[in-house]
Parts: sequence; structure tokens; C-alpha cells
Amino acid sequence: MTTCLKPALVLFMLMTLLTGVIYPLTVSVIAQLAFPFQANGSIVRDGQGQAQGSVLIGQGFISPGYFWSRPSATSPYPYNAAASSGSNLGPSNPALAEAVKQRVAALNGSRPGKVPVDLVTASASGLDPHISPAAAEFQVERVANARNLPVKTVQELVTRHIEPRQLGVLGEPRVNVLLLNRALAGLSGATEGNE
Amino acid sequence: MTLSGLFQIALYLTVLLLLVKPLGGYMARIYLGQPVLLNRVFGRLEVWLYRLSGIDAAAAMSWRQYTVSLLVFNAIGLLAVLALQRLQAGLPLNPQQFPAVSWDSAFNTAASFASNTNWQGYSGETTLSYLTQMLGLSVQNFLSAATGMAVLVALVRGFSARNADTIGNFWVDMTRGTVYILLPLSLVLAPLLVWQGVVQTLSPYQEVRLMEAAEYRQTQADSGTVKTPATGRQTLALGPVAAQVAIKQLGTNGGGFFNVNSAHPFENPTPLANFLELLAILLIPAALCYTFGVMMGDTRQGWLILSAMVLLFVPLLLLTVYFEQQGNPVLSALQVDQSLGGMQTGGNMEGKEVRFGIVNSALWATATTAASNGSVNAMMDSFTPLGGLIPMWLMQLGEVVFGGVGSGLYGMLIFAVIAVFIAGLMIGRTPEYLGKKIEAFEIKMAALVILIPPFLVLGGTAIAVMTDAGKAGLFNPGAHGFSEALYAFSSAGNNNGSAFGGLSANTPFYNGVLGIIMLIARFGLIVPVLAIAGSLAAKKIVPFGQGTLPTHTPLFLLLLIMIVLMVGALTFVPALALGPIAEQLQLMADH
Repeated sequence: MTTCLKPALVLFMLMTLLTGVIYPLTVSVIAQLAFPFQANGSIVRDGQGQAQGSVLIGQGFISPGYFWSRPSATSPYPYNAAASSGSNLGPSNPALAEAVKQRVAALNGSRPGKVPVDLVTASASGLDPHISPAAAEFQVERVANARNLPVKTVQELVTRHIEPRQLGVLGEPRVNVLLLNRALAGLSGATEGNE
Repeated sequence: MTLSGLFQIALYLTVLLLLVKPLGGYMARIYLGQPVLLNRVFGRLEVWLYRLSGIDAAAAMSWRQYTVSLLVFNAIGLLAVLALQRLQAGLPLNPQQFPAVSWDSAFNTAASFASNTNWQGYSGETTLSYLTQMLGLSVQNFLSAATGMAVLVALVRGFSARNADTIGNFWVDMTRGTVYILLPLSLVLAPLLVWQGVVQTLSPYQEVRLMEAAEYRQTQADSGTVKTPATGRQTLALGPVAAQVAIKQLGTNGGGFFNVNSAHPFENPTPLANFLELLAILLIPAALCYTFGVMMGDTRQGWLILSAMVLLFVPLLLLTVYFEQQGNPVLSALQVDQSLGGMQTGGNMEGKEVRFGIVNSALWATATTAASNGSVNAMMDSFTPLGGLIPMWLMQLGEVVFGGVGSGLYGMLIFAVIAVFIAGLMIGRTPEYLGKKIEAFEIKMAALVILIPPFLVLGGTAIAVMTDAGKAGLFNPGAHGFSEALYAFSSAGNNNGSAFGGLSANTPFYNGVLGIIMLIARFGLIVPVLAIAGSLAAKKIVPFGQGTLPTHTPLFLLLLIMIVLMVGALTFVPALALGPIAEQLQLMADH
């Protein structure tokens, strides 16, 4: 026991240096040199250079003129990117049924009919940046009406923003809500400018 | 399931199996001490590590020396993680100025990472400093994985040695596993993850101005008042994430940098990142089967074990996809479209991310619970009852379907020992496995390895649901609440780390009980496994005779799979009936 204490202690400290200091710092250097945009959070900026969010982290939208993201279960408010969380509601929990019922009612106010499931269920991270193409489609009319844009224009914008499966194979088709809304704001801005 | 879904699963399994032979062969060379190309890069570092530590790399150890060295080394690791958490407030690299972690949570996390469980009682981005994550958790991700691999290699040496009183040198096995296997693979994977969007920075959290300053109604539970805080800003939690995520997956650790683990877009940003992480999760456990075959001088033995793992894994995977794709019957009654189509994946999307959809969430859930990798990319608590039952049962099978790095295979080899023993009883011969007679001592030790985890799982669950402290942690009502407790103890008692996240586990009760269980499940099994290794090493090798049951045939494959399933089913079906099965029946009755 005592004979192995010294090698254990010294080897542990050397390994800590190797795997806890040298390794992460090496990765940091490679990351900052090769992929500085991604390594620092994939931050997009507005016209004034102000950080407007991360491409990878969802934001909440509430006005009818924007596409809405998925429900988020982070606390104390949705899309809190400093404290990720899912709802953890079980499938049989009455609270889940109640929450979904309210969300469906809110969405049906602007358009009756069945609501795509991802638009009324909380994401795993509470920070999901995407909605399904069906969920974007569902909101086109509302957004077009609120912005006084032709439905066809908004529809085309959505179609352009559908990201296919990665490499044609992996994951699922999806729409990045922040990028779509940025394009939408640009579109409206341009239209207003012309008038 | 769509063609695309099937294709993604097939692609994953194909790439995984194609990597088994090259990596497995390489690892065999590492543990046999044969020269490899990386000697040129790390050879001097390795020698230097031994010299500074005063280690004689040529000296082999008896199983007792090996065990003591391992336990002392891991105890130091546990104390280091504990100390870092308690002292982080006064240490550097704490940009968010987090205070010291509470004693019970710090103990739980230290036990969790030292035992390769990586159960997350804490929430990373609101609790741990960058320094604690790097020096504490990342280091244990490496060392606990290297420890598991070392135990496996020692057991394999027990089978392959003849009349020997030693089973190798723990310091050398641990060092070589880290320096030549885990570190190079992590250095390849981490930059790929950054490329896909995983963050890697030591800068503090970044504040951004939101596109739309949203107001949210917030009801306070105590006073009932309604507040409307304007949240015009968002604080993005950052950190040296990629480096830690790479080893978290490769070492079947699974403890996330962030609270929601690999569901967080900064840990797992794209489907390609998800694919790479999934590969990393099963890569070493699968390849070690081939390593074992090479070290035994009979690769058929390794392929047989790998076949058993794949044959157990694939049907359970497909079932999980199926159940999750069915969606939640409660929502079908509510004007919700859960159908699968070109525009959406549909299914049970509560607690899942759109970029992963059903297939990649279910694949992740089964791969991580088959391996003892506790990471999640979807919230297990919100899975359908039967979709959640399968991951839970995969853990309860003893983490031998791939399992943890090293620990999965040594667990499966113990099941093989039990299998030849049972076959021996049936035909009335002394059982042999890999040329070694299996006798009373081995069977006693093997029985301990098989029985300790169920005892911890069922005993722990029973205590949790009978005490107020245990019941206080349950989040969901009814049968699902019982599932939360059963899942937690299945996870801790088999060193997985996955969770039904609704359970409020960051309490003195759960932190303490689960912490102790994780340590027993890890080291309480390692000691008997090493004892078997020592006992086998001392035996002579019996030549293959007429009464020997060949262990590379389909017959033995079937026998092995049946034994794993029988032990798992007989032990856990009654408990599963009270949780997920009861919940499923309730859902069916209501809708």
C-alpha cells in the first residue's frame, strides 16, 4: 500500500498535467486557429456589429410577424442559454397534456387544424434553434399577414431556409428560426425602404 | 421507419464494425507492448512518465498488487475531484465566479467520475468552474476509462498466461491506454467537433442582445403573483467544451459539460457531430472485442463476443425507434400532428431536438445505455413508457452489451464463464473457457460480479420509494415516478450515468446513496474480476479435448445471449412491471 503511494501520486499529477492542461489547451489552440467562429459560439451580428445571438442557440419570438421557435422549458424564462433544461414531463403526466392543449389553442387562433408536434412540445435542451419544415409551413400565413407580405414571398423564404439532411444522409430536414427571422426582417426592411 | 432512418442506422453500424479490426489490432499491440508508429511521438513521454514516478515498467504485479495499485490510484482521483469542487471559488479559471459545490454534491460527482459512471447530479454550466471541468472531470474521463481497459487486459492475461503468478503492471497498462489510445483519439475527435460548432474557449459566458425583446409571464408558486421580466438579452454559456466532449464519448463516460448534456447545441450541434459522437461511444468497447481475440491468439473468440453484443443491440434499437415513432397517445387526442412525413419526423418529440428527430434520438438512447455512456441527446424522462423501458433494461443487463470501455467486455467474459459453467452442468463435465478450467473459486467470484449490481439496483430503488427523502425527489406522478427512481438506481448500480432527468437528485439523500452505490458497482466488481484473473493466470492450459465445449460456435453464441437475457429478465421484469409497463397499460386504457 505505502510502496505504491508515491508512484500513484506522482503519476496522477503528471497525468493531470497531460490530460487536464496540455490536452485541452492544445485543442483550444487548434480550435482558435482553425475554427475561430465555431470555437467562440457561432455568433451572428446585426448591421451595427452587435452580437445578435448564436446560430446554434434558439431564441424565443412572440410577435405574430416572426416565426416562433419551439416551446422551451428553461427557467426562470424560456431560452435561457445559461441554464439549459428540458421539461422532463413524462408521457402520462397530466401537466404535459395541459401544456400542449394551451399551446395548440394559442396556435389555432391564427390557423385552425392539426399542429405539427415539434411546435407544441418542449425541446430537450430548451435551446433548440430549429423547427421542422412542417412547423415553419404552419406559420407562413400568419407571418405574411402580420407583415403585409404576399404569402408566396414568405413561402419562398421558408423553402430557401429548409436545411436538408447533412451530407444528404444524416439527421432530419429543419429550419433555423433565428436565421429565417433575420432574413425576414431584412426582407421587410428592404420592402419598407422601397416604399 | 423511413428508408432514410434505416439507412442512417445501417451506415452507423457499418462504419463502426469496419473500424473494429484496425483499432482492435492497434490496441492489442499497445497492451502486448509491441512497437507502434506512435512510439515515435509519445515513446519518450511514456518513458519519462515512468522515470519521474519511479515506476519499473518491466516489473509484473500479482493480482493483489495490481488491485491495490488500482484502488490507491483511483482513490487519489476521487479526492482530487472532491477537492477541486470544494476549492473552486478560490482557484483560477472561474469566470462566472461559482462558489464551492456542496459537500454531498461534490462527493457524488467525485464518486461518479472516478467510477466511470458520470451521473450528473449537478448542472454543469451553473455549478462548475472551467478549472473543475478541465482538471477534475476531464482528467477522470481519461483515467477512469484507462482503468477499465487495464482491468480487462489483466483478465485477458489471466486466460492467456500459464502457471504465472502475475497479471501485468497496472501503471503501464493505465499509462499506455491513456497515452496511446485515449489521448490520440481525443486529439482527432475534438477538432472535428469544433469544426461542427462545439465551442472551445476559456472566455467567460457571452451576452447577446436578442432579436426580439420578449416578455414572459411567470407565475410564482409561493405568492401566486405574475411577473413579466423583459429578457432582451441572452447569456450564452461557453467553455472548453470540445476537448471534454471528445473524451466523454470515447471513454464511455458521458458526464456533460452542460446540464442537458449532448442535447445542448454547443455539445452536439449538427447531425454529423452526432454521428461522430455516436461512433466514439461504441468504438472502443466494440474494438476491444477484437483486441481480446488477438491477445488470446484466437480472433474467433473475439468475433463471437462482438456478435453476441450486436445481436442483442440491434433488435432493442429497432424497438426503441418504433416506440418513439408511435408518439404519445395523449397528444393524438389534442389536434397534434405526430405523423411521419417529408416535412416532419413526427413521433414523440417532447424532450427531443429537431435536428436529431426520432431515429437519432432513439439510436443515441440505445447506444449510450448499451455502452455505459451516460450522455443523452434527448430527455429520457419524456420517452414513451416502452421507449424508455429498453434503455433502462440495457443498463440492467449489467452493461455487457458493448458496455463501458474495458468494463463491458470483462463483464461479458464473466457471463461467458457462467455460460460454460451452466453448459458444463448440463453435460456433466468440468467447465473450461479459453483453455482454463473454471472451478469453484472462479464461479464464486463470477457470481459476485453478476449479483452485486441487481442487489444495488433493486435494494436502492426499494429504499428510495419507501423513504420520504427518496419520494421527495420524484418529479412525475404515478408509475412514471417509480420509473424515475428505478432508472436512477439502474444507472448508478451499473455505472452508466444516464438519467430520467426529472428526478431531483441533487439532494443529500440521492447524492449520498447513489454515490456509494456507484463506487460499490465499480470497485466491488473490479476486485473479484482481478481475483479471477489472478486465479486463472496460475492455472495450466488444458488442451482442447473431446469433453470441451467449443466457444466460437453459433451454439455457444446462442447460449451466451440466452444467459444474458435470462439473468436480466428474471431479475428485473417484476420491477419493470411496476414502472414502464404499468404506465403503458394506463396510457392504453385511457386512450
